[in-house]
Amino acid sequence: MQIAIISGKGGTGKSSISAAFATLQNEVVLADCDVDAANLYLLFNPVCDEEYTFISGQKAVLDAHKCNNCGLCVDYCRFDAITTKNGVITISETLCDGCHLCSRICPVEAIEMINEDKSRMYSGYFPNGRMVYGRLAPGEENSGRLVNLVREKAKQVAKESGIETIIIDGPPGIGCPVLSTITGVDSVVIVTEPTLSGLHDLKRTIELISGFKLSANVIINKCDINSDMTSGIEDYCSQNSVPVIGKLPFDPLIVEAMVNCQSITDYAPDSDISKLIQIAYSRIFTA
Amino acid sequence: MWDVYYLLNKVNTLNSKFKIAIASGKGGTGKTFVSTNLFNVLQKRNHDIALVDCDAEEPNVGEFLSGELRKSIEVTQKVPVINTDKCTYCGKCQAYCNYNAIFFLKEPKMIRVLEELCHGCGACSVACQYDAIREKDFGLGLVSRYAVSENSALVEARMNVGVYSPVSVIKQAVKEASGSELVIMDSPPGTSCPFIQTVAAADYVVLVTEPTPFGVSDLMQSVETLKSMVKLCGVIINRAGLGNDDIYEYLKLENIPLLMSIPFDKEIAVCYSNGKLLTNLNSEWETKFYHLFNTIIEQYANSHN
Repeated sequence: MQIAIISGKGGTGKSSISAAFATLQNEVVLADCDVDAANLYLLFNPVCDEEYTFISGQKAVLDAHKCNNCGLCVDYCRFDAITTKNGVITISETLCDGCHLCSRICPVEAIEMINEDKSRMYSGYFPNGRMVYGRLAPGEENSGRLVNLVREKAKQVAKESGIETIIIDGPPGIGCPVLSTITGVDSVVIVTEPTLSGLHDLKRTIELISGFKLSANVIINKCDINSDMTSGIEDYCSQNSVPVIGKLPFDPLIVEAMVNCQSITDYAPDSDISKLIQIAYSRIFTA
Repeated sequence: MWDVYYLLNKVNTLNSKFKIAIASGKGGTGKTFVSTNLFNVLQKRNHDIALVDCDAEEPNVGEFLSGELRKSIEVTQKVPVINTDKCTYCGKCQAYCNYNAIFFLKEPKMIRVLEELCHGCGACSVACQYDAIREKDFGLGLVSRYAVSENSALVEARMNVGVYSPVSVIKQAVKEASGSELVIMDSPPGTSCPFIQTVAAADYVVLVTEPTPFGVSDLMQSVETLKSMVKLCGVIINRAGLGNDDIYEYLKLENIPLLMSIPFDKEIAVCYSNGKLLTNLNSEWETKFYHLFNTIIEQYANSHN
């Protein structure tokens, strides 16, 4: 069973809840798919025995010695990445999309495509099982493809070691890496918070998942910050037939657990907040 | 403190427009809280200012500010349409496509465009020698401009649900705001393309973070990225008092200015959750946010001395 923890809005507590879910069981594969800001390895300090290079894309690089400044590439580039200044051509690394067209049409073969190879994927062990995570290098793209790789690896590791449950910590937003995170999972848990932004983003997330065949549940984190907003979210969820499986009050213990590099359920197993998380987790299977 | 108008003048002689990006590696640290309140204190002082919501996947700024809709631009990209009567199934368009957006089989003959993978680069049209490829527009999102007051505007980038990348919509929104003297950009989280596109346009980047291990780790990644882009930056610590002191040591070590500390405070959290601006309700915070702007301008001016 693959369970993905996502949220439209960032900072709602996805990673803390993923960490708690992962440590509620003895045998689990934990996949950190928030490749843009992978954090769970900081908590669990996994011992990694495999490292893979992820080629995220390509960038066009100009050889100024070969270039005759004809300007053909400037006309063809649709990303405004190539400009002429005082008759000299330059390519912006930031704006280049890596489409390869300039390199193909250059009459003097002055443009070469270079692989972007700074992103990594790691696979290893942590106390509750196996862990797979990706780290996208700053400024690199195609995070969705790296998410796919992490998920494929997690599935392979689960199969090899006979582990049934895969917990996936997803990225925020509703773009490509989120689509890659939820494609083919059995269940998603959307973590939200009772703020106007939280509700707005929850609506966009529910719209997004409506096209997928999966069971969806909602956890309202920091539910006591605004009880009216919490009821508003509950109403919205019931109208859209998405069960709310947990309402967690704000608790400084969650931050304390993080500072101590533990999940909340390991750090304070008998606390009210840990019990609420346990109940929420069990409801994924019954709701 | 220096006279802010003197400094602004000075900044304006260096650079006719001044753009500040509010960013963070980790989501939910308070970017939108900072950008909306900073914008609010400046628009109240009649600055010619625009706030751009660059978080096109989840635009939230509109919940804190209201304005009159003045303009809406649909952002599109080109996607190919293949005329199978003219197509000779040579496969050159597929070979030219760097995004695997053309599915092609020689035997049995089959060719399809996977529109959601297409980046609209036009390489396939260049590749085709049989005039079999036309292009059509594909909707990516909407850029809307709202007048908040006489001199100030909100520009919102909103990506359509199901679109893969917000970058084109962000670029269009930043362009739309370029007429204002001061521009504040509320950046998407992370350090990948959407973040880069936003901060690339900025003169100064404010990083908002939290004093937790996740906050510090993500801040370090943002700082390294900004260093490689040679961008001036300062840090705001939100929910100060939670977590630990590692972040303060990191800032000292890297010599990064701490621009402001926002304590963890239920009044602030409740105010934000209701979509209200703290700087409208609390005069102490109104002063602090104006002071924040002065500090940013001062640092920018000093770095260009």
